[in-house]
This record gives sequence, C-alpha cells and structure tokens, in this order.
Amino acid sequence: MNELAEIEGAQASDAIGRSARAQVESGPLKAKARWQVLFSVPLALVIALALHWSVAKRESPGETDLYAYFFLGGLLVASVGAAALQTLWSGLREWMRAACPLIAVAVFFLAGWELATSGLRWLPMPYFPGPAAVLASMINDREVLFDCTCHSLLLLVCGYALGVASGLFSGVCIGWFPQARYWGMPVLKIVGPIPATAWIPLAMVLSPSATFSAVAMIALAVWFPVTMLTASGVSNTPASYLDVARTLGAGRAYLIFRVAIPAAMPSIFIGLFMGLGASFLTLVVAETVGVKSGLGWYVSWAQGWAEYGKVYGALVIMAAFFSTIMTALFKVRDRVLVWQKGVIKW
Amino acid sequence: MVAMPVDTVATEGSSLSVKNVSKNFAARDRTATHTPALDAVSFSVAAGELISIVGPSGCGKSTMLRLIAGLDFPSSGELRVGTEAITGPSAERGLVFQDPNLFPWLTVRRNVQAGLAALGLLHKKRREVSEFIHLVGLEGFADVYPHHLSGGMAQRVALARALITHPKVLLLDEPLGALDAFTRMRMQDEVLRLWQVRLTTMILVSHDIDEAIYMSDRILIMTPRPGRIDRTIQVNLARPRDRSSPEFLRLRSEILQLLHLAGNAS
Repeated sequence: MNELAEIEGAQASDAIGRSARAQVESGPLKAKARWQVLFSVPLALVIALALHWSVAKRESPGETDLYAYFFLGGLLVASVGAAALQTLWSGLREWMRAACPLIAVAVFFLAGWELATSGLRWLPMPYFPGPAAVLASMINDREVLFDCTCHSLLLLVCGYALGVASGLFSGVCIGWFPQARYWGMPVLKIVGPIPATAWIPLAMVLSPSATFSAVAMIALAVWFPVTMLTASGVSNTPASYLDVARTLGAGRAYLIFRVAIPAAMPSIFIGLFMGLGASFLTLVVAETVGVKSGLGWYVSWAQGWAEYGKVYGALVIMAAFFSTIMTALFKVRDRVLVWQKGVIKW
Repeated sequence: MVAMPVDTVATEGSSLSVKNVSKNFAARDRTATHTPALDAVSFSVAAGELISIVGPSGCGKSTMLRLIAGLDFPSSGELRVGTEAITGPSAERGLVFQDPNLFPWLTVRRNVQAGLAALGLLHKKRREVSEFIHLVGLEGFADVYPHHLSGGMAQRVALARALITHPKVLLLDEPLGALDAFTRMRMQDEVLRLWQVRLTTMILVSHDIDEAIYMSDRILIMTPRPGRIDRTIQVNLARPRDRSSPEFLRLRSEILQLLHLAGNAS
C-alpha cells in the first residue's frame, strides 16, 4: 500500500519535473544576455535621435526639445542604465532579454514615422503630425487628457460591472433553470445580437442624462456575451459532476455555486473577455455622440479643431488604458483558473 | 498499514433491500417494443456485507446502482436502506464511478472535504479530512490539483471523498475498471482494507470475474434483455484470498460457464 503510494508519487513528481525541465530548455538557457540584444535599444535610440536632429529644423523648438531630450534622451539614459544594471539583477536581465528586441523595433517605428511625416512630408498635413508634435500636444493638454481618462474609466467600470453582474445572474438562471431558459433564451437570441450602439437613438430619448445612457449601453454590450457564455457553461456542466455532488448530499445551492459555476468558469471568462472588447467599443462610441467628456469625446473634439496631434495623443492613451485593463483581466483569469494549468495550453 | 480513524470502530453499514424493482426507459419510437432495463429484480444485502454484481454489458448493473443511489427512480418496485425507502440521492449512499470524476478546480483536500462542505459539517469535522487523506495514503498530495494525479491515486481520492460522509452503503460502479492490472490488484486490497476498517455495506459492480470472487461475500449474476438476476453465488473463502487456489478457480469456471450459457440463451 505504501509502496504503491511511493511508486505513484514518484510518477507524479516525475511528470511535474519533466514539464519544468521542458520550460527551462525551451527558453534561452545562457546566463548572460547577448550584447546585441542589450544594445539594440540604445542603438535604435541613437539612430532615432540623429534622424530627429536632421529633420528638426522644420518644427517648433518646444516640440523638438520635449521629444529629443525628455523622450528619446530619457529612454537612452534608461536603456544604458538598465544594460549596466542587468549584470547584477537577474530579474531585470530576464525581462530585458524578452523585451529589448520589441522596444528597439518600436523605436525604429517612431523614427520611420518621423521620417515619413516631418522629414520627407510623404503624408499630408495636418492629418499626419510627427511623433514630436503628438508628444508635445499630449504634454500640453495633459490636464484635459487626465480628466478625460478618469471620466472614461468611471464610465467603463460602472458599465462593465453592471453588465457583468446582470450577465452572470441571467446566465446562471438561463443555464440552470429550464423555465428561465424557455423564456430567457428567445430574448437573448433576438435582442442580444443588436449592437449596443444601435440603441443610441432610444437611449437619447429615454434616459435622463447622457452619462446614464452611456453606462446602460456599455452594460448592455457586456451583458449579452457574458450571459450567453455563462448560460452555455452552466448548462454544459458534466452530469457526472452533478451526480457525484448529489450522492455527497449536495443541495441545490451547492450544485449551482460550488459545482456548476466553477465548471463553467472557463466559458465565463471567454464571455468576460468578449464583453470587455465590446465595452471599449461602446464606450468610445457613446462618448463620441453623447457624453461631453472622456477619451472618445476628446478624439472627436480635437478632430473638430483639426488638431490631429491631440487625436493621436488620445489614441496612444487609449491603447495604454485599454491594454492595461485587458492585462488586469488576464491576471484575474490566471488566478481563478489556476487549476487549468497543465490541463489546457494557455 | 495505516491507522484507522478513531471514531469508526463500529459497523457503519446498513442493510439494503430491493423488491421487485423494474425499470423501463421511455422509448424514443412508440412502436418499438421496449425491453425493460430491469425486470422484477429482488435481492437484499446484510449490514456490512460486500456483494458484487457481475454480468455482460447492458444487463442493467449500472442502472441498478443508480436506482440505489437515488439518481434514478424505478418504474415499479421498492428500494429500502434499513427500513427507510429511497426517495432521492443522499450522503448515506456514496457512489464511486469508473472515472474518478474529481472536481478539477479543487485540490485533493478540497475534493475530499466536498461532502462535508455540502452537508455544512466542515467546521465540525475538519479534523477528519486529514485522516481520510491519510487513510488512502495521499498525505503528500493534499494541495495538488487532480490532473497531477495518476489514475490509481485519483481513484483513491474518489474513495476518500465518498467515505468521508460515513455512508451506510457504498456503491462502486466498476471503480477499478480503468486501471492497469497491477494497480487494480493493489486497489482491490485497498478497497477491502477500507471495507474492513469501516464495515460499510458495499455493492460492487464489475465485469471482472476474478475481482468479484476475490473481493465479495456474495456474487449476483445478471443477464440482459430483460435485466434480471440469474443466480446468486456465495463465496465462502477465507480472506485474504488466494487467486490461484483450487476453490477460487472452481468458482471462476462455474461463473464463466453460467455467463457463457446465459450468452447463448439470448
């Protein structure tokens, strides 16, 4: 009996060991980062700086200084400093090994952008300002941009939270109770696919304020995929898990909250991701047409004044803002679905 | 061997009676003549007895277990545990399937304590969880997720999970069917040891005749179409049993012959 446990234990730990070894071997095993990788970023920055100075005569000195000294220069100092520091700090070394090629390419992209716009004027002005102009307008307008980002965040959080809460509730009801499925499914199938933004005319008539209708629209956009995927996850709970739980004496609450919902979690997270994507879209559209603040509003306002530097500045902020939120949801999923690690490939 | 939990000395098992139980599954096609899955099956099991049900696939063995578990209801007839009629699933009747069916989102410890959590007894009996993990020899694996376990280990977790609510009857639906021959033989001893420690009434469904003879006090042989009990064979061999003793082999050929004849008759 104990020998059996040992044999099986050895097998299990062997399997764990094998997967750990595979991970080590798949990554670059060398302890030192290659200097080509480390110095790709400073090199790219030096090239970008040289290019900038050669084309900078045509731009106003304020923009030039900001971009050259604070942005490119700051990055250059940071990258050289990091290259020195990584000899002592292995965590940083790992990160740099992975990130340096990407950062270098991004810097080259900036240089190419500058060359195509401020430098060679291939692209028509004022629609395509150079990176220096975009950075300058972002910094000049920082207070408004910060304010807009906060407003967007508030709208998004309220709408998403409302949509997720109602979606989980209706999804579990539709997935578990046959009566709820009978009445709820047709509504879900007919109303759900209408894009939330198509409700804008109705929302404008019905709702007391633009903010309120924007929250409601975002919630609606999130509600549909969350409900759909939650319902399908809950109703596809393997019958054997439910049978086991019943023979352990589980009541209905246990079956729903401790068996069906955990079993549906992978599916629920797909719904949460789809809902998040839909919420970004709806947020920007709602801000463009109704709400008088937020990043979406800022983009259309800046476009109205033909200040395209501000438009691109707002897009940069949106990219950072939305991808941060997306990353946060990935982190939550990694936490909640840690039991799937090794079962499926992420 | 492993020490037994302190409060499980007395017989925990309960007697079980099955009277004239028939089960028809609703036929999809109304014109089809549907043969009952079970036809007037009657048997009884004494408290603390270990019986096996063997028979070819489709003879209604698993249906019988689901009826006893309360997961399905008979078309006619009556099932009782002790004196109480079976009206639905209950922690009194534990069920272990061929597939361990561990909840993959719970660690071994949380799987084992699931029954206590479902009954709201976890805060009172938390101490027992470690005892049961110990009982099935998985101390080092309490915080591991099920996909890290081998088939035999997973099945032992399933046994611990089914036993922690102290069921009066433990139903085993080919629990060792998916294991390789060596693990299976070790697990047979394991189940016998758990049975002797706890004296739970056990009903083992198997299509492995050796397993049935090796483990049980009595063997019910079922035949299909319609599912009914053909013969009952008493196994009067002292434990631990020798799989190659003449008596063992004689019983084996007797049962094989019965099943072979049953196969020709249908």
